[in-house]
Formats: sequence, structure tokens, C-alpha cells
Amino acid sequence: MSHTNLPLVPLNRREALRCGLYSAFGLLLGNRAAAPLLAAAPNAKAKSVIQIWMWGGPSHLDTFDPKPDAGNDYCGPLKTPIATNVSGIRISELLPLLAQQADKYSLIRSMTHGVNSHETASYTVQTGRMSGGREVYPSVGAVVSLFKGYNAGYKGLIPPYIVLTQPQGRFDEAGFLGSRYKPFATGGDPAQARFAVEGVVAPGITDQRQQDRREYLHKLNTLANTLPGDPQLASAKEAEQQAYELILGDAGKVFDLAQEKDELRDLYGRNTFGQSCLVARRLVERGVPYITINYNGGWDTHKLNFQTMRRKLPEMDKGMSALLADLAQRGMLDSTIVWWNGEFGRTPKVQWEAPWNGGRGHHGQVFSALVAGGGFQGGHVVGASDARGEEVKDRPVYPVDLIGTMYDLLGIDTDAKLPHPLGLPARVIPAPADGVKSAGRLKEIT
Amino acid sequence: MRLSLFAIFLAVTAAGAERAFNPTFESPAPLSAQSPIDALVFDRLKRLDIQPAFLSSDAVFLRRAYLDVIGTLPTAQEALQFLADRDPAKRAALIDRLLERPEFADYWAMKWSDLLRVKAEFPINLWPNAAQAYHHWIRAAIRENQPYDRFARELLTASGSNFRDAPVNFYRAMQSKEPAAIAQTVALTFMGTRAENWPPERLAAMAGFFSQIGYKETGEWKEEIVYFKPRPAGAPAAAVAFPDGTPARLAPGRDPREVFADWLIAPKNPWFARNAVNRVWSWLLGRGIIHEPDDIRPDNPPSNPELLAYLEQELVASHYNLKSIYRLILNSQTWQLSSIPRTTRAEAAANFAYYPLRRLDAEVLADAICETTGTTETYTSAIPEPFTFIPEDQRAISLPDGSITSAFLELFGRPPRDTGLEAERNNHLTAAQQLHLLNASHVERKIEQSPALQYLIRSSKGGPQLVTGLYLMILSRPPTSEELQAVMAYGQDAKLKPREAVNDLAWALMNSAEFLFRH
Repeated sequence: MSHTNLPLVPLNRREALRCGLYSAFGLLLGNRAAAPLLAAAPNAKAKSVIQIWMWGGPSHLDTFDPKPDAGNDYCGPLKTPIATNVSGIRISELLPLLAQQADKYSLIRSMTHGVNSHETASYTVQTGRMSGGREVYPSVGAVVSLFKGYNAGYKGLIPPYIVLTQPQGRFDEAGFLGSRYKPFATGGDPAQARFAVEGVVAPGITDQRQQDRREYLHKLNTLANTLPGDPQLASAKEAEQQAYELILGDAGKVFDLAQEKDELRDLYGRNTFGQSCLVARRLVERGVPYITINYNGGWDTHKLNFQTMRRKLPEMDKGMSALLADLAQRGMLDSTIVWWNGEFGRTPKVQWEAPWNGGRGHHGQVFSALVAGGGFQGGHVVGASDARGEEVKDRPVYPVDLIGTMYDLLGIDTDAKLPHPLGLPARVIPAPADGVKSAGRLKEIT
Repeated sequence: MRLSLFAIFLAVTAAGAERAFNPTFESPAPLSAQSPIDALVFDRLKRLDIQPAFLSSDAVFLRRAYLDVIGTLPTAQEALQFLADRDPAKRAALIDRLLERPEFADYWAMKWSDLLRVKAEFPINLWPNAAQAYHHWIRAAIRENQPYDRFARELLTASGSNFRDAPVNFYRAMQSKEPAAIAQTVALTFMGTRAENWPPERLAAMAGFFSQIGYKETGEWKEEIVYFKPRPAGAPAAAVAFPDGTPARLAPGRDPREVFADWLIAPKNPWFARNAVNRVWSWLLGRGIIHEPDDIRPDNPPSNPELLAYLEQELVASHYNLKSIYRLILNSQTWQLSSIPRTTRAEAAANFAYYPLRRLDAEVLADAICETTGTTETYTSAIPEPFTFIPEDQRAISLPDGSITSAFLELFGRPPRDTGLEAERNNHLTAAQQLHLLNASHVERKIEQSPALQYLIRSSKGGPQLVTGLYLMILSRPPTSEELQAVMAYGQDAKLKPREAVNDLAWALMNSAEFLFRH
């Protein structure tokens, strides 16, 4: 538990408006100073989170919870899980590189919420709440951006909550916190020769032409030149200067992967996911507190599950293992949480019949998560599923338990109130009386 | 030394006051207080010893009229026609034409949908079909210029199905259905006042009018009936009073919402007409005579009480014809003043000595970028059930539902429609917005692939003709000779391909204050 008492009182409407809760996302808001300043937790272990979001719901049996004894109808061709560098832990044979890093992460094999549709399960895994109420709660990323972003003294030009590369869609990351806490989606593709981050890097326009165009704009900006004293235009001009610091200055270089050694880039894998992992590490180095890698890798394997696993898991294995090794080598893993999770797992029993041809359905009863760094111990397994991976056998872990543990490590007071636009009571983590299922924080691995 | 500096200062300000007009933005026509609005505004400025700005030039007037009246840019053709027109009454004629355009209904339905919270999803949760029906009803009322008192009364007294009796959605578009919360929303919407700041007894007394509203489901998915639900016989009647303190007698069996509505829309009601004209004034002039326009209270006096009183009388005398108020204001020289102040006095803004700069609304800007480039935008609803089909040529100002949106609209401060407060809309230009306008592939691509630019290049003879065409298309005016020179020089200096030079010009004009701000 953190010991900070955050001076975060619910804002009234007008204050909320003044603080820009309804304005565009928080990059360089002109009125940042008016926002409540949150005290940073002095004893937080984690400074940043890299969330690897496995959109679609990856199979737990084929990744971190193999069941080789369950037979062909459950494990299909993937019958020979491999040992890791931690004795007693075995994972999928398609993850040999991650097997060598098992001392750095812990596996939770008893995640559960029982929700089987993408949108509502995504909401539950990322907010800790069940959907259906009138309120839409903010996701972990928005909450971290609230407590560790501009209100907490973060001063970077890069927004505090980044998504690589596409937003999740059908998911309102910021909930009632409003658009200021939405993530900045980079767009573009870091595996391309030039990572065209939307707004920061314009492909095909050289720096020289950028500079020429800027001067041209100043010359042709006749109304602005006629009204030098206008306060609106003065603030627009300031905003323009800040924008150009990202476009032409050093701040935007965080997205320039040409600054990394080729060998390292190869190690991460020359694909969108691998290079996204590398960008995430660079963002953490610049102090960005929350990065989501939205890994839309086709994990929703209703059909041809095993073909997808053979194609995609090696890519995931490479990118993630390089990220863990790189963070550890730079001494950053101790202060960076890496959180791998999908919205659910997949049905253990394989559907061999047409049209599925070896597919797996949605499975919210039990699934796996991986956590590393930022105060999470490595080399452990929390909980267990039953012999076929269908139900929780030991120690259920509900999304709120995992999220609450991350907040503890980040020094976010889980009893603090979230600023609701109408001043309604809303806590960072629901109170026991709110009836959200919980089985306790992950003390086993912190 | 000190004295001589002061003398220079005086000389400079005097010169500033008497400077020649700037023909791009200003007109030399003399100000004459012909309309009562101008008499009241100019008289007050005179008493304060504040010099009003020059009248706006025809080009500025044209662009302002389109943006303020219909939220839409004039086409190059429309601009050219208006500028070439020799008719001395052409400004009034253009105002009349714009007030009858279908976009007038689109744009003002958008504004009213902000206030009336037309949104399918969280936290208003009207549901898509109901949001569509509600918007359709609002737009029709504006298109037909329904008298404003009837508009308000229908919203306040409606009963029936959210799908079929659209105005009942007024009572559904609230986050809380407690009588006091409903009273607050009613006070905000139709009285322009924030009842949460009232003495609690006053709010409680008004809440009584809204304590007999029932909501029930039907067999149809998400249908909800809003109805008058009389107090059970024998239940004690709460003390109900109008906001002015007059106690109300509620006959059993009479819907108290009707009693309240009849009090509200009575010509003598001190809030009703005032709220309406003050809002319209603030929408057109950038700030209310009482400011903020939805924060009317005794300790927030109007900057020009006579002006406000005049507009109130006009609204009542016209039988609540809001369009006639638009017409009055738009034809005033006050609204037609240039945005270049001729004074540095702080009171100038509150007394309407010049037209204030305002960044375009998110939706208007999205449409303006699409229209100048001849491209379209994709709008989606985050929650796709029932699946909403949005045609490709959808304009942002006519989006019916606040839940249908785009990343651009979110970025540029479109209001979330959670509360109906005017300040929900954020037109402050941020660095993130600058980043997008200056450098995002979204805008860049629109310029590069613009069929409108392509057509212009093909149909003009290049050089000055092309530049003039671009200026008319993007800024609704021809370039000045200095601008033309700068443009021709840039094409030669920067060693660009012709198309790149054209793109850079379009880019620069679309990033200029003249494009981004109403002026």
C-alpha cells in the first residue's frame, strides 16, 4: 500500500472545465497549471507501465498454461511444452526465448471474470469493474495518466499515455475522466523505414521543407500579422512553437528508431510488434508513464488456431524476450512494469469440426496473464487452472486484484477518489461494499 | 526623458487611432447608428470613450456570415459572386438567403443538441434510435422556425415514447432523474441560470414541478415511455413554488410540468426571453451581454442592460420568432465590425467594440477542411449496436448524435454533451491540435489527394490565376499584391515541383489564422 494521501478532491463542474477535463488530450494544455497537482508517491517501485494488450484473447493453453496431459482434443499438435530457466515452470514450445527469461516474470494462471464478449471483457480486464452500470470507468492507462501525468508534475512534450500504434476502438479508455486522459495513438508503423507518428513525423517531407513551409506560413499569415496583440493568436503561436519542437526539435526523436543499433533492432524483430516494444522502451527512458502496445495479432482464433500460433507466437516471443532482456540490462526493469494480458483466454477444447477447423472460442472462466518488473518478482506462478484449463483450480485472481497490485507498485493510492465530472463518488479501486469480486492483492509476487 | 517618451506614446496612439483602414479586413464606410442595436452599443462606447473598430470588409463579412449563420464556408464561386455584386443592399440580401439555407437548420440544431444533450451512449444513454428521433425533432423545429415559446413548452410537457414522441427525450437526457436534478437542468437550459447556486429551499420548491414524472419500459427493445404519474391519493403534497418565490397551486390530476411551462413562457417572465436572446447574442458575437451566457444571476450584471432589454422586447413582440432576432443582430453594424480593435481598453471586448476572434468549432473546422479539399471524413459510433450506417459525405455539423464522432472532433474540443453547459465546448487552440493541423498525415493526405486542388490546377492557367483561385477557395478572398508576390517567390526559391508548391500554399493558408478563426 502506498502512504500518500492524494489531495485529489472531486472537482466541481466549473473547475473540471477549467482544468480541461473536456478538452482534447493533455499534450501541452495551455492551462495545465490550473489542474490539481498530485503528490508523487515517495516509495513507489514502478515508474512506468508497458501494457502488451493481446486484443482478441490469446489461448492460455498454447502460451503460458500448457496442458500436455489433456490430450489431442485440448492441446492439438502442441504437446511438448518446454522447460524454462526456472525449474518447475513450463511454457509453450513456441516460446523458447521467453523460456530463457522466466526468472524475470511471473505467470498468473488463474485470471478469471467469466465474461465472454470482447468489449465487456476488455472493459473488465482494463478497469477492474464489470460493465453494465451507468458509469464508464477509466482504464488503467487513464488512471496512471491522471496520477502520474501532467497533474503530477510530468513535463514531457510526449503525452503521458501512448498507444502503439492504433487505438483499441470500441473502448473508451478515459471513461468519465474525459478526453484529456485518452491515449495518444501514434499511428504509423515502427517497422517501416521511418516511423510516421501522426503529427510528429510527416513521411515524404524533409526537415528543410518543414522549415521552409513554416516561414512561408508566417509570411502569409496576414491576419495574425495584422493583429500582433491578440491574446488568442499569441497562445496559438505558443502552441505552434511547441508543436514544432516535436516536429523539428529533439523531443520527437524518441520515435526515431534509426538512433538504435541495427543488431538491437534485429533482436526485437523487424516487425510492427517487435519494433513497438523497442519504441516502448525508448518512451519509458523519456519518463512516459504508460504505454500500451495494442498487439492486434489475430489472437481471436475461432478458426485455424494452431496455424496462427505457429505464425504469431515466434514474433511475440522475440519482441517480448528482447524487451525484458533490454530493460533488465539497462537497469530499467526494476522500475518498469511489463503487463501482458488479453481480454480472456480461449476454450480449451479444440473445435475440430468445420467451419472452425481447429479453432478455439472465447473463454473468460480462466486465462493467463504475465507480469514482470516494477516490483513484481520473477520466477513464480500464481494460481492454477484445472487439468484441462477450463476452470480456476487454485487462487482465483480477478482483474481488480491485478490492477490494484499495479497501482500499489506505482504508488497510486487505491482509496483515492477519481474526479467525476458531477462529483459523484468514484474510487480508484472499488470499495469492498461495491460488490466487485476480489480475492486479494498479489502479495505472493510483490 | 520620461516626458518625451510619454509624448511619443501619445503620438503613436493618436496615429494608431487615425490609421488608414486595411482594405483586406476593413471597410471605409462610416459607422452610423441606424438600428436600435447600434444606437445602444455605439452610445455606450461613446460614453466609455472607446472607439469602435472599422466596419468589416466585404470579404470578411461574407466569410463571417457563412460561418456564423450556417457553420459552412462559402464556395469560391459564392465568394466571387458576392464580392463582384454592386448592390448596396447585398449584405442584407445575403443574410436573408443564408437564414433560409438548410445548413442553418443543421448548424443550429447542432448547437441546440449540445444544450439538450443529444447523445446515445454514456452517460446520457438516450439509445441511438431515440437520439436520432430527438435530433430530427430539434432540426425540424429550427427549420420551420417554430416559435421559441412553443419549442420550450413542448420539450417541458411532452409525454410518450422516446422513439415516437421525440421531445420526451428531454427528460431522458439527464444523468440523474431526481426532481432536483431535473429542475437544475431546466433552469440551466431555459433560464440560463445555475440552480445549484440557489438557496436550497428555492431549488426544492422548483423540484416539486418535476416530481411526478414516470418512466416505464415497453415490449420494444430500449423503448421508454415518459409520462405524468400523479401522486398517489393521500400522499402529502410538497410545497411547490416558482423560482421567483410565488407559490404554485397544483390541482390534482394536472401535470405540474404544464403549470411550470406556462409560468416560464409567459411574456412577463424575467428569465425566459432574456436567456434566449442573450444566448443568441453570445453565439453570434462571441460573448453574452451577460457573460457566461448560462450563468445569469443578480451579481453577474449585463454589460449593456438597455441592449438586453431591447432584444428581450423584440423577441416577445415577434411572438418568439428567434430568426427575427438573428436577422436584427446580423444586420447591425455592431456584428459587422472588423475584428481589428482600434483601442487597447480592456472594457472594449465586453462592450462589443470589435468582433472577437474565435477558433472554428470542431465540427465546422472538420467540414471546412473537407470542403476546401473536396474530401470526406469517416465518422463512427464507438458502440456499434444497432449498427449505425454513416454515409461518406456526412457533414460534421449535421451529425445527429454526440456518440457519433471522430478522432478529429475529439481532439478539437467537441462537447461531450454530458451536462448542457456552454463551456463544454472547448475552442482553445492547443499544441496537439497544432501538431495535427501542421503535420498530420490526415490533413496532408487531404491536401495531396484533393480533387478540388487538382481541378483548380487543371482549369486555371497557373501563376496568379491559380493563386487567386486557391485564395478564394480557402480564404474566400483574392490575394493582396504582397501575398501574390510572396507566393510567386516561394515557388521559385524552394525548388519544388509545381504540385508541391501548390500543396504548400494550400497547407499554409489552411494553417493561417484567417482559416482557423472566425474573424
